[in-house]
Amino acid sequence: MTERYELNKELAQMLKGGVIMDVTTPEQAEIAQEAGACAVMALERIPADIRAAGGVSRMSDPKMIKGIQEAVSIPVMAKCRIGHFAEAQVLEAIEIDYIDESEVLSPADDVYHINKRNFKVPFVCGAKDLGEALRRINEGASMIRTKGEPGTGDIVQAVRHMRKMNHEIAELKSMREDELFEAAKQLRVPYDLVVYVHENGKLPVVNFAAGGVATPADAALMMQLGAEGVFVGSGIFKSGNPKKRASAIVQAVTNYTDAKRIAKLSEDLGEAMVGINEQEIELLMAERGK
Amino acid sequence: MKKIGVLALQGAFIEHEKMLEKLGASCVELRNKEDLKQDLDGLVLPGGESTVQGKLLKELEMDQELKERIENGTPVLGTCAGMILLASDIENQSQQYFGTIPMCVKRNAYGRQLGSFHTTDHVKGIGEVPMTFIRAPYVDYVGEGVKVLAEVEGKIVGVQYKKQLAFAFHPELDNDKAIHQKFLELI
Repeated sequence: MTERYELNKELAQMLKGGVIMDVTTPEQAEIAQEAGACAVMALERIPADIRAAGGVSRMSDPKMIKGIQEAVSIPVMAKCRIGHFAEAQVLEAIEIDYIDESEVLSPADDVYHINKRNFKVPFVCGAKDLGEALRRINEGASMIRTKGEPGTGDIVQAVRHMRKMNHEIAELKSMREDELFEAAKQLRVPYDLVVYVHENGKLPVVNFAAGGVATPADAALMMQLGAEGVFVGSGIFKSGNPKKRASAIVQAVTNYTDAKRIAKLSEDLGEAMVGINEQEIELLMAERGK
Repeated sequence: MKKIGVLALQGAFIEHEKMLEKLGASCVELRNKEDLKQDLDGLVLPGGESTVQGKLLKELEMDQELKERIENGTPVLGTCAGMILLASDIENQSQQYFGTIPMCVKRNAYGRQLGSFHTTDHVKGIGEVPMTFIRAPYVDYVGEGVKVLAEVEGKIVGVQYKKQLAFAFHPELDNDKAIHQKFLELI
């Protein structure tokens, strides 16, 4: 592994125990920073609006991203389409702190993901299960998040993905060494990564929860299920009182087992985003890019 | 056994705990005011985002109590964000956090993530130490009584003031235990 890759994994370590928030303007970025976001994701439209608007969604305007970079001191992330390495090159050129090769945008390639090893800036990628996570890591991702189902305000899929990943990790951990070769074949991932998970009982990179987090209790749920931090997208700026909600989610992530505190934090947050139930969704973003 | 309180609001606190436990200390995580109702032999302020940690310290009403302990001589080790929390002045920001070391720090002094780097350099009283800088700050200038422990390319990246140690890099990310050892010796 290169030194640059190590540094990129280490930046993700610094984000642990934190909340990464979707923002669309410098003003929102400032609100997020003041509310305690450990990083912001700069994008033109939050997932709920992408979902509502339909059509092809792409990387954001670099000028808008730069505006957000100037507004805050915390790391700034931005999304590019799955497989769209030219968009990723643009984001690297404006010195983004993290690129999210994201299923929220329309995929640019239905077979190949970006060869993230070719980049100096770090990548975070979504995964529904251990196989996806390790394939992305093999391609050079230095951070993983659950896919969940972005822009729905429904936590069920993030929970499913986190539980699946945990279950598969536990399974690998308990295997005999001679069973790992077959496991690598089944998971469609390199043997070395399988050995790492077998020995350490965790992914070789930081793993956050994403997709559907809308309340402090949602965040606490994901942390108790083993997430090392959370992404909150539409949940904040689609709610009645973004600042208060954002701040409450940040505190809930720090004290995620303290139910009394979370009860207090959940009081008077105003209206949560309306959300869409799993059965009502027409477009499953999590099915993009496996 | 030495009992170290590790600030666990956000960031890479587990890495510090692992390091200190290998050196025979015991660690408790400090996440809220209630966690401060115990005797602690030392404090660790880990890397992470200083804006987040600073805000949570205040909201969770932990800032005054911790500041008093530091001022009263409880040894403390601050790395990266922890260094910013300890600084009496932060460039381009009127507000400071604990402010218990007279020095001015510059946030993200090496730029964005592309400016993050790894090197090996000298720390006074310790020797050659691996240094990992992640969107790191450096110290612009120090006040009276502050001992400069390390400089990299002319920039101050490690200081000691009384029983407070602050470094711009992350000793918790490398395998070298020398800095944590030095911290434990202050107790």
